[in-house]
This record gives sequence, structure tokens and C-alpha cells, in this order.
Amino acid sequence: MLAFASRRILQSVPTLLAVVLLIFVLFSVIPGSIISSMGDDGRGPMDVQVMERMKKELGLDDPIHLRFTSYLGKLAQGDLGTSFRTREPVTSMIAKRMWPTLQLIFAAMLLAIVIGIPLGFVAALRPGGIVDTASMVVAVSGLSMPKFWLGLLLMYLFALTLGWLPSFGYGEGKYLILPAVTLGVSPMALLARTTRAAVLEIMTADFVRTARSKGMSETRVVKWHVMRNALVLILTTIGLQFGALMGQAVVVEKLFSWPGIGSLLVDSVQQRDIPAVQGAILVAVLFFLIINMLVDLLYVVIDPRIKYT
Amino acid sequence: MLHKFVIAAGLGLALTATASAQTPRSGGTIRMTAPYGASFTSLDIHTTQRAQDEIFAKGLFRSLYIWDSAKGEPVLELAKEATVSDDGLTHTFKLRDDAFFHHGRKMTADDLIWSYTRIMDGSKSYPGARYVRLIKGAAEVEKGQAKEISGLKKIDDFTVAMTLTERVNPGFYFFTATTSIYPADEGAKEGFVQKPIGLGPFKFVEHVPGSRIVLEKFDKFYKPGKPYADRMIVSIMSEAAARDVAFRNKEIDTSVLGPAQYVAYQADANLKGTVVEVPEVFTRHMGMNRNHKPFSDKRVRLAMNYAIDTQLIIDKLVKGKAYRATSWLPITSPIYDKSMKPYAFDQAKAKQLLAEAGYPNGFEFEWTTSPNESWGLPIVEAVIPMLDKVGIKVKVKQVEAAVLSDLVRKGEHQAYIWSQATGPDPQAALKCFHSATPTSACNYTGFKDAEFDKLLDEAGQTGDSAKRNQLLQKANALLFDEAPVWFFNYNKAVMAVQPWLKGFQLNATELTHQNVEDLWVDPSSPAK
Repeated sequence: MLAFASRRILQSVPTLLAVVLLIFVLFSVIPGSIISSMGDDGRGPMDVQVMERMKKELGLDDPIHLRFTSYLGKLAQGDLGTSFRTREPVTSMIAKRMWPTLQLIFAAMLLAIVIGIPLGFVAALRPGGIVDTASMVVAVSGLSMPKFWLGLLLMYLFALTLGWLPSFGYGEGKYLILPAVTLGVSPMALLARTTRAAVLEIMTADFVRTARSKGMSETRVVKWHVMRNALVLILTTIGLQFGALMGQAVVVEKLFSWPGIGSLLVDSVQQRDIPAVQGAILVAVLFFLIINMLVDLLYVVIDPRIKYT
Repeated sequence: MLHKFVIAAGLGLALTATASAQTPRSGGTIRMTAPYGASFTSLDIHTTQRAQDEIFAKGLFRSLYIWDSAKGEPVLELAKEATVSDDGLTHTFKLRDDAFFHHGRKMTADDLIWSYTRIMDGSKSYPGARYVRLIKGAAEVEKGQAKEISGLKKIDDFTVAMTLTERVNPGFYFFTATTSIYPADEGAKEGFVQKPIGLGPFKFVEHVPGSRIVLEKFDKFYKPGKPYADRMIVSIMSEAAARDVAFRNKEIDTSVLGPAQYVAYQADANLKGTVVEVPEVFTRHMGMNRNHKPFSDKRVRLAMNYAIDTQLIIDKLVKGKAYRATSWLPITSPIYDKSMKPYAFDQAKAKQLLAEAGYPNGFEFEWTTSPNESWGLPIVEAVIPMLDKVGIKVKVKQVEAAVLSDLVRKGEHQAYIWSQATGPDPQAALKCFHSATPTSACNYTGFKDAEFDKLLDEAGQTGDSAKRNQLLQKANALLFDEAPVWFFNYNKAVMAVQPWLKGFQLNATELTHQNVEDLWVDPSSPAK
């Protein structure tokens, strides 16, 4: 197991390097820079001399290969550089934003797991029934509904019409509910559909038929055979969704003024704050890789047949 | 003059008048919104010139001057009086002796000198350098040739003499937050940016990046009895739809409205009274690059202005949230000429001008635009069929706002559409078209006209303000006649302000920028 984990960590290094290179090159060749973005609100032109000085100060005049090697050197020491925009260390900027993002992602995923998996199970146990049809309609709607629109609908209903929750902001639990639901609906729907498909497939498997023919009760069949076997696929979906949520949180964070990495990324991209963009994306990729590695390790716990050497 | 126009802004007047008729109440919380992005740039306001950042800076920091919305001009803020030398270049400021920084120390002349010297640090890139450079000797500090700004002399702890390089009103240069006065003993410390100290009416409490800034009343603020409110919260809300819900839900006190919301709020009996509007000092226009052949011909540029039904676009697409541009300088400019009339919509005349210029069948050009709803792609799309009718074909080049800004400054465009600050200083606004102004500064159309240069140079040399205004008006009229741009509109800034928030000022330089010490909330505010 330890050898497997070490191997996975080593395997993720080229992935991270590729991401770093891609973002660096991309943001170096596309038009626009932090300097041009400082006057993009049309409030007044940036002073020419200040612009020139800023180029020097931020090293934007240096050749791309020099900037990249310098960045890699710092990265190897755990330094993500200094934000062009705020002049703060990117590590410190991300650290401030990490907890709110994790709060949001974990809350959304919790909602998805608690509702999505049971819904998928219930639907699969009575295929074609009312619960199945209703839950799949909800699931398809949840998957196809744009998060921005859903968020606004929830704001309108629970904040403006019912007055139960605040429509935006960051603070104690009540502020988390609407953003988490908005973010959690899509993985919930996917989990429900995946669970249903997995359970339906396993219900027709030979070992389930054998268990039933041995006189095992339906509850025990589901509990001991169907659930455990379905969990592998469900866990894979959870892992993928968990990792992807950090990227999806961008829209939700911006809509609800949630101070996470997503809203940091939006402004950093718009203002061409390359170190902050790289740092934020690197963290998102790292998060995705870690979650999926943990999922791989959990397979062993769920299915003893799986062995890593 | 500007005040008259502001009054004419209408709905906002009622709100201001009501506010002044009531006795301000102390206490409560002001809940403002910052709508121009998903975060603030920095708490070190010397490093940023973005409108978004000045919203909170109005609470934390103070500059030598401040914008007085009622007078429509910058007025002294950190000085009690200023005297000007006979040559009009040396201004002697008697600084306030009752201004305290948030850490309790009194402001002195040393703080002003230290702050301006910091802004001119040649190894850094503080946007305020463009203003401080006006002081004699500041450029030498910037270049590393001197350590002190020779034009800044401390006479005593509360008196400073400032010698300028040009005969201008320093108020226009030293009222924005980019030239805020920092405490010399704290400003250089590393932790300053995390917990800034200023001279403003509110002191720093908390910054949640990407969400909000919280400030609380500073008891030693130099204006007796002010600020009225106990707390001020600036929430970052870049999504208009989310702001709309929050405003209707009474969670915020102010919200910036776009064209669609402007119409919706006016049509809603409950919200109509909350709408406040002012003509801001921004001119939306299509700049035509004179280095691109068809646009080097004045007749072609005039044809563009005649071919577009500007009023129709303002009425139908911009939903009336703009004032028709009648020249470069906006309605709220102190030298705005009311007698000037916009180009008529006359496509026959446009065709005739094109034919005279040698383009009887029109031509094709590339129009660079951002997606902005008020001065971007939607406007371009509305104009395309109008130009098509006179034979002009448009190839649209859509880019992000930051890219547009880059391309425009480099002159890498045939035509662009943008919103440009055209005030409050008319001289500075017109200087963008002086032939000595490079494209990278703000002469984006590559404008060059000897007569225009002469008028501006004379205006810069005269000490007679009436004569200067006359010369600038002439220059503005000449510019309109030369039509380097399609004169589209002046921005009508519109905000919704909750009825319990009083003292809201119709700031023509940027409506979201409020002198927050004058704001107060009545007991009907749901915020504690």
C-alpha cells in the first residue's frame, strides 16, 4: 500500500509540471497583461512611465524561458511567487482562501452523498416506479441546470421570498447553505444516476442470483452483495466529483460573494495575475490528485479482491 | 456649474434634499457594495488606481484634497487653507493640526512629504506617480537622481510649500486615493498592507478577501460629530443579479444598476424612489485610428458620426442609461458647452461624405471591442447594420477588457469602442489629443492638429482661469469638428440607494465613491 501511494505521488509530479508549463506558456502568449488590466475599467490611462517600471518590477520584460526557470526554482522550494496584483505571496493568498473553499466543497459533497446515494438505491430497487421516475427527473434536472441560474433561483426563494437565509456573504452556517446546495445539486444528481445504474447492473449479476437462491433475504442481499459491489463505482464517482468541485466552485463563489479560491481565480485571470492563476490552478489540480489517490486507497478497504503491489 | 447639472440629474436630488432636511443620526451600519470585480486589489491604496478599491479607501484614507460633489470640484481636505504664489506655481498649505492617524498620532508635514516621496519610488510602480510628478523635483526622485522632492518644503510641522512644474489646480491631481497620506512611521512596515492605518473616518477591522471589508468609526476623526455611522461594511458583489436580490432583500444599502435593472427599478413602484443617477465624467466612444487609411480622412470620420443613429441606440439598447454625447467633454465638465449639438442621423450625408472621400462604395474595417454591455459588443452589433446601409462593412474583433486596453494603448487597432475618463479636469481630458501625447498615454486615435495643440498650450500657460476655460472650450469644439471618434454617450451612473441611507452624494467622478463620513442611516435600517 505504501509503495502504491509513493508511486502515485511520484506519478503526479509530471502532471503538475505539465500543468505549470501549460498555464505559464498560455498566459505568456495570450494578449493582455496585468499592466493593461489596470486601466481596463476605463477610469483613466495608466501612466506610461509607471507601466514601464511595472514591467521591470514584475520581470515581464525577461524572456519567457528565464521567467519559467526562475518560477520552477521557487516552486521547488514551495514558493508560489508573489501576486502581481496584490504584491502578497501567493501562498498566503491561497491559504486565506483555502478554508472557505474546502468548507463549501465538503458541504456540497456531503449533501450529494447523503441525498444522491440513497436516492439512487431506492430508484434502482423499484425500477420504473414513482420514486425511480421522480428521482431521475430530479437528477436530470440537477445535472442540466446551470449553477448560476440555480443559485439565483435559490436566492430568490429562500432569501427574498421566504426570508429564511441570507442571499450572500460569508460567515456562520446559514451563509453556507445556499452556496452548498447550488454546488451540490449537480454531483448529487450524478451520484443518484450512477448509484442507480450500478445497483441495477449488480442486481442481475450471477452472485446475486446465487445468494437469493440460497434463501438469503432481500435486505441481506442488498446489504452484503449489492451495496458493497456498487460502492466501488460510487466511490469512483465521488472521487472524480470531489476533485472537480473546486473548479466548479468558481461560479458559485462569485455569485454568493464566497471568499474562496474560485473568486480569486476569476479576478486573477481577468487581470492577468499569472502567479496567482498558476498557484490557484496548481492547488486545484493537487486537490484533484490527492482525492483520487485516496479513493484508490479506499478501494482496498471496500473490495478485498483489489490489491496494490 | 457642475452642481447645476448634478441637480438636473433629477431623482437623486429629492434624495439629497431629503437628507439635508433631516437631522443626521449617529450610529448604525452602512452597507455598501463593490461591484467592479470579485476582490479588492490591495489594502495599500498607493498600489492601485481601480475604482473598486477607492470605494473602501474613502473610509480608511484621506488625501490632501477631496472631491466635493455639491460644488463639483476638488476642495481642501487635509489642509485648512492654501495660498498661491504670484507666478501660480508655489502653493503653501496650512495643514490641519487636528488630523489623527488611526494609531493615534497626529498628522504632520513629514507624513505628507514621506507619502509623496514613497509614491515616487523609482523601483516601485505606484499609479499616483503620474500626479505627484507634477511637483518640482519629483521626477528626479523617480529616476533615482535625488532622494527628496525639491519642490516640497516643510516650513513647520503643519505648513508645506509645494512648487509645481505647471500652472494647474493641484486639487485635480491630489484628490484621489492613490495619493493618500500615510503615517511615515507605519507606512513602510511590512504589516501595513494587512492592517492599514489612515486618516479616514473609519478604521480597519477586518478584510475577508473576496467577500468584504469591515471598518469601524474612528472617534478622533477631524470633522466634529463625524462619521455618523458606527460601522461600514463594503461587500464585494460583482454579479448584478445577486446584488439585485440582496438589495430587494434589504441586505445591502447600495447597488450599482445596469441598463436592464435601471428599467426594471423605474418600473417598480417600490424601487423607483431608490434610484439615484448622475452624469459621470466618462465619454463612451468609438476611436478611429488616424494611421489607418480610411480614418485619416476627416470626411470618413464625419460620415461615421452621421451614419449611426446614436439616439436610437441610447434609447433602445442602453435603455436611456446614458446622455447623448455632444462633444468630448461631458455634461459635468466645468466647461461643458450647452450650445453644442450632436451630429444628426443623416445617412444621405454620410454617403455623400464617403463619396467625396473616395469611398462611394464604402470600405471594410476591423472594430476591436470588449464584451461590455454598455460600451462593447452589443453596441457594435447594433451599429453594424447602420454602417452597412452606407456601405461600410465591419469585421468584429472581440477581446477581453484587459486585452482591449492593451491593444488600444499600443495603437494596434483600426477602431475600438471604449469608455474613457473625460474629467474632472477638462485640461487633462483634452490633453489626450495633443500631438505630444503618445498613443501609449491616451492619444489612442493618433490625433494630431496644430490648431488644437496651440489652443491647449495657451490654456496651459495662462494664469487667467476665464481665458483658460475659453481656450479649452474652443479646443473641445475643434475636436468635435475633427471627429476623431464617434461621439456616443456620457455615462449616466445609476445606483439604487435604500431609503434609510441618507447623505448620499451625486459624485460625478464615480458615483460609488462616497465621502462616507457624511452618510448616515435612519432607524428604519435593518442593519444593527
